[in-house]
Amino acid sequence: MNIDAWLKSNTFHHSTFWDLKQLVDEKERQNLKISLCIPTLNEEHTIGKEIVIFRSELMTRYPLIDEIAVIDSGSTDRTLEVAASFGADTYFSGDILPSQGFKRGKGENLWKAIHQLEGDIIVYVDADITNIHSRFVYGLVAPLLYQPETQYVKAFYDRPLAFSQGIRPSGGGRVTEILTRPLFSLFFPELTALMQPLSGEYAVRRKVLEEIAFPIGYGVEISHLIDVYTKWGLYAFAQTDLDKRVHRNQDTRDLGKMAFGILQSFLNRAQQLGMVDVKSEVSSILRQFQTREQMFEQKQFTIVEEERPPIITVDEYREKFHA
Amino acid sequence: MNETMKNPEDLRKLVRECRDLLLANLVMTAETASPTFGEANRVRFLLDRFRESGLDNISSDEVNNAVGFLPGTTGDKTVAVVAHLDTVFEPKENHALSLGPDRVKGIGIGDNSLGAAVLVTLPMLLRHLKFQPSYNLLLLGVSRSLGRGNLGGIRFLLENSSMKIDQAVCLEGCPLGRLNYTSVAMMRGEIAVQMPDEYDFSRFGVYGAIYRLNDIINRILEIPRPSRPQTSIVFGSIEGGNTFHQLAREAKLRFEVRSESDEVAGGILQSIRGIIDEVRARSGVQIELEEIAWRQHGGIPFDHPLVQISREVMRTLDISPQIGPSMSELAALIAAKIPAVTLGLTQVHNVNTLEETVEIEPMFDGIAQVLGVLAGLDAPHLNAQGVTP
Repeated sequence: MNIDAWLKSNTFHHSTFWDLKQLVDEKERQNLKISLCIPTLNEEHTIGKEIVIFRSELMTRYPLIDEIAVIDSGSTDRTLEVAASFGADTYFSGDILPSQGFKRGKGENLWKAIHQLEGDIIVYVDADITNIHSRFVYGLVAPLLYQPETQYVKAFYDRPLAFSQGIRPSGGGRVTEILTRPLFSLFFPELTALMQPLSGEYAVRRKVLEEIAFPIGYGVEISHLIDVYTKWGLYAFAQTDLDKRVHRNQDTRDLGKMAFGILQSFLNRAQQLGMVDVKSEVSSILRQFQTREQMFEQKQFTIVEEERPPIITVDEYREKFHA
Repeated sequence: MNETMKNPEDLRKLVRECRDLLLANLVMTAETASPTFGEANRVRFLLDRFRESGLDNISSDEVNNAVGFLPGTTGDKTVAVVAHLDTVFEPKENHALSLGPDRVKGIGIGDNSLGAAVLVTLPMLLRHLKFQPSYNLLLLGVSRSLGRGNLGGIRFLLENSSMKIDQAVCLEGCPLGRLNYTSVAMMRGEIAVQMPDEYDFSRFGVYGAIYRLNDIINRILEIPRPSRPQTSIVFGSIEGGNTFHQLAREAKLRFEVRSESDEVAGGILQSIRGIIDEVRARSGVQIELEEIAWRQHGGIPFDHPLVQISREVMRTLDISPQIGPSMSELAALIAAKIPAVTLGLTQVHNVNTLEETVEIEPMFDGIAQVLGVLAGLDAPHLNAQGVTP
């Protein structure tokens, strides 16, 4: 297993890449275009700050990224208005590739972005980060610029500033540690080396993005990792420590829904790869319970992890990028 | 002065073109916690920005001031632009900003993250406006301004720097239109009443710390305060005790004496000391007066060129001047015989609360005003003038 060697060669801290001028020079030398996609759904409170920081720091001061696009699933608040007021290109996901229809979900936005944006590298950054900083982009782009073999760079968040005992636990959020890492330990042990496999911030080369399928919901990150791993191997990945990410805390019930979607996508992949054999059809209903007037009652949530195919299979995409 | 600097519309337009840079600097400044005596991280940000802007002589000092220097074309005088870096908020508070199309909300944003953000954006603004002053420009992000800081940062600089400052413009987030060119005499103090450990609280009729403090407050209110020179005593904060039913062991009062006369302010302070001595002697209770901050009365005249230029620029930009005395960095500059004005940058709401919010649109006028004043100071006939005693 390659984990130790990979951790050593492909795990970075964003501070390694502080020299933005050098990054811009490298990008220009390779004649690359870099696009930033921010998928949104009702993020009016945080989107303005993200746009301003990225435009100022990574377009005006150091021209590392060439375009910023907000791709929205149908916000009912002022997300798109705020984003546009600060100069982002804004799109309703349903208006991109209309022939393919519209499905509501973050994965859908990420998938449509591949068609809409022009970059050779696409960086995805979630819109709910309250401590946004340009490192959230340059920290992820840099390994792609400096290591040609790296295809997919994932963010993780650690704060190794002070710890009294020399050894300290490091890892991801609750769903990662309770569900994803145990699953990876069982079926894809090398992928456990990704500290936060579910983080919503990553930078990927177009040639990889166009070859992988996109679940439209919670399963998009885990299926990406499995697909890229099985196709290109562990060394296609790198990961960058971006220090601290402050965002909304989700309650346990929401994490339950997330875990349910992730598990669906995982089982789907594991079955395709012949690693598990699920004999009967599994339910797509998540059941959670609550009490009303001292009686227990169930709440049912239908969560179906629909999937978009690799976009290279879409005619309009091929006409635009591979004509 | 170049032509753009004379035309308010062009000036506003050019400033507005730098909106993203300014707002990004505002976000990064304000989200870096900077309590008084804990400004180091914000200083580091300023120094990085100064370095990236190509300033000379970038440095910090032992009290955490951030200094950058932009040489003038002739360099025959030096103008300092000053913003204090500290806020009243501790790092444990949530410093995340929320940025909307019209407003920015976040703690400390108006007082004085905006001033610091404009200071770090200034070199880029000058470059964008293609304005290089003939005089040297000294950018000073100063520490230890508020509360117990007692203008420690600017005072340290003025006492220890070898660089001669001829004039200064101080930047404060709020309000737009603020024009200060005088400082009032001021003394801030904290009176702490502490009941002795051996005090017998079981006796009916004994008095706790709050009663004693109340006695002191009533006595202070009896001190004569002349209307000329204008003088006031402000009780800013009071605290004491923990319960409904137990006599308080401790009580504290924070207050400020302000006057247009150093002598009057000094006299009131002397009276307060006397009251405390008397109550302490009469009651046997421990009472201490801590003198936390002080300012001297002073200023430059209304017809000083610096004030004239500021008023003229404000008139051109349709900004209504709000003239009044200042107790911020201006006071230390004036005390050091350096002509100075303080300018406000935008409209701020709920200042020094968790709901602090600044308006974006007026910022462009506020910054245009600063640039206009800096351009006005470039006029060759102006020299530093004296300061009224």
